[in-house]
Amino acid sequence: MSLQRPVGSDHQLARLLQIGVVLEEVVEARADQHAQLTDEVTDPELRDMLDEAVEESAEHRDRLESLIDELDAETVPFEEIQTLVAAQYETDRDTDGVLYDQLANEETAYKFYDDLIGAIRASDVEFGVDRDRLIETLSEIREEEADGVEDVTRLMEDRE
Amino acid sequence: MNTADQYLKAIYLVQEQEDGPASTGDVADMLEVSPASANEMIGKLEEEELLNHEKYKGVDLTDEGIRRAREALQNYCIIERFLLEVLEVEEFREEAKQLEGVIDETVAERLDTIIDREPQCPDCFDAEGDVCGLLEPELEASD
Repeated sequence: MSLQRPVGSDHQLARLLQIGVVLEEVVEARADQHAQLTDEVTDPELRDMLDEAVEESAEHRDRLESLIDELDAETVPFEEIQTLVAAQYETDRDTDGVLYDQLANEETAYKFYDDLIGAIRASDVEFGVDRDRLIETLSEIREEEADGVEDVTRLMEDRE
Repeated sequence: MNTADQYLKAIYLVQEQEDGPASTGDVADMLEVSPASANEMIGKLEEEELLNHEKYKGVDLTDEGIRRAREALQNYCIIERFLLEVLEVEEFREEAKQLEGVIDETVAERLDTIIDREPQCPDCFDAEGDVCGLLEPELEASD
């Protein structure tokens, strides 16, 4: 009965990894935007968190892109996503807004990788990339997203 | 999107097309599953009070069922639009169907922040064309 289709082909896997890249690009562009525009950037903890988010997302993006390269699919250039993000998002300038936004970004990314790992594990297709490496990479990224959620939550609690 | 939501979305679209109750067969066809599978899930959704099922008449969504179905349809529209507008996927309808089972609503909401979706979504969805009605003119223009 299940419609929860496992990942069925290299093409579909590449598409899902592309979505992961875009989610990372959104985190990166948003954190960068906050860091540049928020009045609170003088707060060292908040500034560190945003800097780390930018750095970590860029690193995740690279790791996903190298998997996509092996599957022979194109990724969307970061500049394009940055333009879309800048065009669509209103920047929250208060600290709570920034923290909630970062929390939502990290939680969304975590949920996405968790579902993706589940859909890959449910599949018996042989992919163009080594399955163990694929799952290992995605699991590592997922754990870093979970750490990110924890960091933002801690920062929010400290401010209460 | 979970399986129950995919069913609710399909039932909602069939009801729109038929302008009345949805038959189990039509729902099964839309989801490309067997009528027996559709019957089983419809029974579960009825237990959850998301729909009413009358034999020989068909399925009617309750208010809560309609609310969930519209949310699922909205997520589906986001996926279609994202594939077309951001990733420039030509076969976006087909691919959206393959991906909707893996893309959760929280993820869809985040993707929604970088696409152009109109406030009337999902009322603009064209069930027969399986595409957002507002995307159709854009598609024709790009032909």
